[in-house]
Amino acid sequence: MKYPLLAAGLCVIASSAIAETPVLTVYTYDSFVSDWGPGPAIEAAFEETCGCDLKFVGAGDGAALLARVRLEGEHIKADVVLGLDTNLTQAARETELFAPHGVSAELNLPMAWGDDLFLPYDWGYFAFVYKRDGLTDVPSNFKELAASDLKIVIQDPRSSTPGLGLLMWVKAAYGDEAPAIWNDLSDNIVTVTKGWSESYGMFLEGEADMALSYTTSPAYHLIAEEDAGKVAAPFSEGHYLQVEVAGKIASTDQPELADAFLNFMVSEKFQTIIPTTNWMYPAVTPAGGLPEGFETLVTPEKSLMVESDKAIAVREEALAEWLSALSK
Amino acid sequence: MAERAFKITPIIAAGAGATLLLLAMIIGPLGALLWRAEGAAALADSDWSAVRFTLLQATLSAAISVALAVPVARALARRQFFGRAVLITLLGAPFILPVMVAVMGLLAVFGRGGILSALLGWVSLPPIHIYGLHGVVLAHVFFNLPLATRLILQGWLMIPSERFRLAASLDITGRDFGRILERPMLRDVLPGAFMVVFMICLTSFAVALALGGGPKATTVELAIYQAFRFDFDLGRAALLAMVQFGMGAVAAIVMLWVAVPTMMGAGLGRTVERLDAPAPWWDGALLSVMTLFLVTPLVMILIDGLPNLLSLPKSVYLAAGRSLGVALLSMLIAISLALTIALMVVRLKRGAVVVESIGYLVLAASPLVIGAGLFIVLFPVVDPVALALPITALVNAMMSLPFALRTLVPAVRDIEVSYGPLADSLQMTGWVRLRLVLWPRLRRPLGFSTGLAAALSMGDLGVIALFSDPDSATLPLQMFRLMSAYRMDAAAGAAVLLLGLSLLLFWIFDRGGRADVDA
Repeated sequence: MKYPLLAAGLCVIASSAIAETPVLTVYTYDSFVSDWGPGPAIEAAFEETCGCDLKFVGAGDGAALLARVRLEGEHIKADVVLGLDTNLTQAARETELFAPHGVSAELNLPMAWGDDLFLPYDWGYFAFVYKRDGLTDVPSNFKELAASDLKIVIQDPRSSTPGLGLLMWVKAAYGDEAPAIWNDLSDNIVTVTKGWSESYGMFLEGEADMALSYTTSPAYHLIAEEDAGKVAAPFSEGHYLQVEVAGKIASTDQPELADAFLNFMVSEKFQTIIPTTNWMYPAVTPAGGLPEGFETLVTPEKSLMVESDKAIAVREEALAEWLSALSK
Repeated sequence: MAERAFKITPIIAAGAGATLLLLAMIIGPLGALLWRAEGAAALADSDWSAVRFTLLQATLSAAISVALAVPVARALARRQFFGRAVLITLLGAPFILPVMVAVMGLLAVFGRGGILSALLGWVSLPPIHIYGLHGVVLAHVFFNLPLATRLILQGWLMIPSERFRLAASLDITGRDFGRILERPMLRDVLPGAFMVVFMICLTSFAVALALGGGPKATTVELAIYQAFRFDFDLGRAALLAMVQFGMGAVAAIVMLWVAVPTMMGAGLGRTVERLDAPAPWWDGALLSVMTLFLVTPLVMILIDGLPNLLSLPKSVYLAAGRSLGVALLSMLIAISLALTIALMVVRLKRGAVVVESIGYLVLAASPLVIGAGLFIVLFPVVDPVALALPITALVNAMMSLPFALRTLVPAVRDIEVSYGPLADSLQMTGWVRLRLVLWPRLRRPLGFSTGLAAALSMGDLGVIALFSDPDSATLPLQMFRLMSAYRMDAAAGAAVLLLGLSLLLFWIFDRGGRADVDA
């Protein structure tokens, strides 16, 4: 009789010991925490050294992530928010919830980086991805795409960073002509999904000919599935650059752990995991270079981007145009 | 008389308290919205298109449901066949069927990868596309065709059978028969049936969330959710919520004009004695098609989901636990409020007006309107996210209150009329009166109402979507997330679990109310 009691007692002690392990809560987008995303590997790698419990919480897609941060406001339970991009950093800055990251790292980005609040962990170019079989007339710009009868799936710019990226892409490429482009594109759009995972899933299930994704998405099919049949279509207007960032919440009760995580984020270990799980270019190229297969990817001749301090105004205008064109 | 008034005072006080609490729960959030909406700019183009879409889909859904329900109800009225009683019971089932489960079933039948597309593929036709207006209308017809059928069937059965006999003896057949007997009845019943369905579709959220296709197919309820969860623009959410409430209020006023047939009518058992002509063969075909339309999606869910029921991700079981908690809490709130209000209402001269007003007010103030308002009230004070589950339970309770009142008020009134004077003469009051007079006779309607409240809350996907923490989803929300992530096997398993739990909750309480009741 004594032994079960003793064992039960030990269990209680053991579980209270676990409860005392500090928990670092990181809000991120859904595909980051999915079984096939970077989340599980990164969690294991960080927990090896931090003596903590790293808890990823998926909060929708990237733009919904920012809304979540604003919705929770000063009650926010996250210590770090990972998965915003340069189109959103200014709006995130205005919440006054973030603290400087204080990390200096040798970044390999196609642009100079000077943001004191947000630290990049990967980057990529938006592109429409299609299946090589069955698509002969591949459009080489938005006008050709709009004139074709190809079916595309895109994401809602209010909830998803790729969706927002597409909005900014069209706006950066066409300026005042953007509403006309959206008018012409509207009959090509099968549906607008909340997040990237939904629309890419629909594309793979055959519900659309093309999906808005990244120039790096074909690498997933090539490396993970040994399938060279998925390709990104190069567009002559240039491709929009996305830099994905993370930031530390100022009111965190785990400031040291949060700092440790941000340092870990630009370290060799984290950055080696990124290319073959998040399927993006790493912010700091690992010592071994990029994985084999990445050299086959389309590299845009021209890179487009709206500077982050102008992003709020451009987003607002472009969003109104987009909503009005697509709700007709 | 003075003595009697003295005795019932605590009941009146409690009832008035409950009514005031309820009104505060509706008017408080509305006030907060009004205050908050002032800061927002006028409605944008896309908001107007959401208003147009909302009205269009509600009109189409109501028109199609009612138009199809007329021949179906006629067939049910004049045919007696094996399984007719089961079919009529089945027509009541969509009421407690969780919306997400139905959507998933409809996708399995009408979706791109569904059986209908596969059939079309055999004859080299392109697959159908379910997202957008037609998907939303299809789902609404699925839910409301049965409801409309029941309402119209009641109309048919209310025509006195003497008239049918008289018509037969006067040799009235065919077109004249319709003109003299059926059309006047339809003229009375159809507007009410149309408005009930219209009202339900007006506040459609979950269907539009799952089957809407972007800005083109967004309802106002969905736009409120998007303003919240995508932009976190409280002013705009408030403005949209006022628009939604305005539409609901106008529809409610129209409903007050047209007579709405009672929803929970009994006595659908008999058939109409038709002596004019044999019922045509296509009655059977019609009923078969409708049964197929209602049953196939559910069968598909069972086929897809049952094998996965025991191997679901842990998050699904946790969500199921949370949902059960919410459903039980919601049921407790709903029944306490309903019973207190019912006890008061039967003692008032114009009690019926109170009940009707509460019903319409709740219908007009949709869950997302109340949810958005509550959020604005709570946000500066506490963390609304931490209160997601209790708030969901509370709003769900308010939404099932009109149904509970409609069941309980007549029951309490009957008891008071039959046994009240005796109880009064024995000076039975308070707890004793409740236990000895009311409880034994109220068990059955109480069981039905509790079961309904619990099942409705179990299946609801509305307010929780506004407030939810990523870690504390309810089962319908978790199921929707799995669907979004294209984990269809797990989603189908979760759907079976959700369906099973909803039906189980209803059955347990309804059954509990029926067990050894002294009739």
